[in-house]
Amino acid sequence: MNTSDSEEDACNERTALVQSESPSLPSYTRQNDPQHSTTEPKRVSVIPEPITFSAREPGHGPDGEDEELTLKYGAKHVIMLFVPVTLCMVVVVATIKSVSFYTEKNGQQLIYTPFTEDTNSVGQRLLNSVLNTIIMISVIVVMTIFLVLLYKYRCYKFIHGWLILSSLMLLFWFSYMYLGEVFKTYNVAMDYPTVAMIIWNFGAVGMICIHWKGPLQLQQAYLIVISALMALVFIKYLPEWSAWVILGAISVYDLIAVLCPKGPLRMLVETAQERNEPIFPALIYSCISFASDEEAHHNEDRAEEREEAEPQRPTVHGQNRSHSVEEDLEEDRGVKLGLGDFIFYSVLVGKAAATGEDWNTTLACFVAILIGLCLTLLLLAIFKKALPALPISITFGLVFYFSTDNLVRPFMDNLAAHQYYI
Amino acid sequence: MTAAVFFGCTFIAFGPAAALFLLTIARDPLRVIFLIAGAFFWLVSLLLSSLVWFITVQMSNKNSAAQQKGLLIFGVVLSVLLQEVFRFAYYKLLKKANEGLLAISQEDTMPISIRQLSYVSGLGFGFMSGAFSVVNILSDSVGPGTVGIHGDSQHYFISSAFMTLAIILLHMFWAVVFFEACERQKWWSLGTVVLSHLLVSCLTFVNPQYEGSLIPTYIILSVMAGWAFSCAGGTLRNLKLCLTCKDKDFLLANHRPR
Repeated sequence: MNTSDSEEDACNERTALVQSESPSLPSYTRQNDPQHSTTEPKRVSVIPEPITFSAREPGHGPDGEDEELTLKYGAKHVIMLFVPVTLCMVVVVATIKSVSFYTEKNGQQLIYTPFTEDTNSVGQRLLNSVLNTIIMISVIVVMTIFLVLLYKYRCYKFIHGWLILSSLMLLFWFSYMYLGEVFKTYNVAMDYPTVAMIIWNFGAVGMICIHWKGPLQLQQAYLIVISALMALVFIKYLPEWSAWVILGAISVYDLIAVLCPKGPLRMLVETAQERNEPIFPALIYSCISFASDEEAHHNEDRAEEREEAEPQRPTVHGQNRSHSVEEDLEEDRGVKLGLGDFIFYSVLVGKAAATGEDWNTTLACFVAILIGLCLTLLLLAIFKKALPALPISITFGLVFYFSTDNLVRPFMDNLAAHQYYI
Repeated sequence: MTAAVFFGCTFIAFGPAAALFLLTIARDPLRVIFLIAGAFFWLVSLLLSSLVWFITVQMSNKNSAAQQKGLLIFGVVLSVLLQEVFRFAYYKLLKKANEGLLAISQEDTMPISIRQLSYVSGLGFGFMSGAFSVVNILSDSVGPGTVGIHGDSQHYFISSAFMTLAIILLHMFWAVVFFEACERQKWWSLGTVVLSHLLVSCLTFVNPQYEGSLIPTYIILSVMAGWAFSCAGGTLRNLKLCLTCKDKDFLLANHRPR
């Protein structure tokens, strides 16, 4: 049931990524020349990491061969990630700006952020937010290590069940809440049987698409919707300052977990490489569909779609934030981005949208995150191994949020009041 | 009024630019990336100029309206100059990134020429500049509200939309001329671009007398359009061939392989 269009395209796109997309003038392009693709070991360009998830032996060939057979990262892959990230952010921003439920703070907080921010002094508030962050990050670390251990000791059924439970919760409960709030905002009269039917259909199709088989675009759409729902929950339930500190801390954690030799995510990636298995494919947004039966089999076992608040989130979080390139029998390569990245990007942009009437801040954060993602993919092309997707984007996003909110906003407001243009 | 004004002003301000984007840039991932990078560079220039303005405001007398206005004018001029500096910086970066780009795109020659890059980066600058100028105004135009209730101009929204349109297109033309001037070392052209940007911004100081700002701006726009067209290699002959669909290069270029 997986759409297989991308396999046919892959053969062409392997050698002509940019070309297949652009109607460039002849003087600036070369025709597709098969010889050229074999003669340039030095022009390493954007080779993805040597993790192979196909049925072939691991360590299947020297680097030169890899380069011939691999799709190069190119502008195409960057855009293939820009589009879903943008869609997710658009959904979150649209919801935040229209449905007031997600910006109302009624004192309810997650159990992972027990310290309240309704204190009198700035110092106390700062302290509480730092403590909240420490608790949240420790929960995430513990859960990630737990997941890595489960994976190492092959407790696949446990992981499988856990992920199904969390995606059930997301697809049914959170979407029911979301639908309810949208109806309240637009004052739509609705009856329970209709809602039951809508949610049942939405959830059931989502579970099938994500955990079993479905058209690639439907699966991608569900992943985007789920990430957006999760981001909205975070925006609602994380206190103001804690959210910002958590965003910063999680980028640092991501960096450590993926790059340090003993980091849980790195161990996960290496274990998956040893076993020649894909890393929780459905927890990750992938731009291409799996083609081989081997892959499909792996997918069925392990195709989870989970992003849910409580225990599961932190764990999967680990994998979700790792980049990896995966290769199946047809040498089809795509770029994958973890759903945790989607979620935290959307949290940042959503929080920027939630603060006040200003759209400039939202726009600035959006552009900053996209540029960060672009740079991350550039680094991925250079280093050719799993990289954390959060640090650069979140750093840019945070810098631009605070500077636009405090510096640019008064400047632009003054200019607009006088109608001066720069 | 409100929805009509919102949609009308949005399409006035962003229509041509969006059409340019969809027809010429959206299909090519590389161009999209450079567009967004251009937008980022504009954003950084705005950030720096806002920082300087903010610092000067903090040090000044906040009660004196004349001083604040003077500082704002200073901020505008500084911002314009910084934008041009960042345009130059982007040009330098693009030239330096040639090899990296070659590696990424698996080609022996650049997959995207410096002229296309100038067009794309100018549009990126323009999009961001236009967006920052007008998005808040557009969201206010959804309403409810009354325009100019305190005696200000009734034409605030529509004039903002037209000004934004001019600015976006101007950025694009400026970038084309700018990059060409840098390539050919024509420093006078460069200076003229900077001066025309300054002129357009300073013309807006006469707002709300829109005749004084909009009309000259559009005159400058048409002059820059012609200049950019000739910089990009256009001639009357080319134009005629293109319009009568006899230009073989143009037709071939749009023929997509596969």
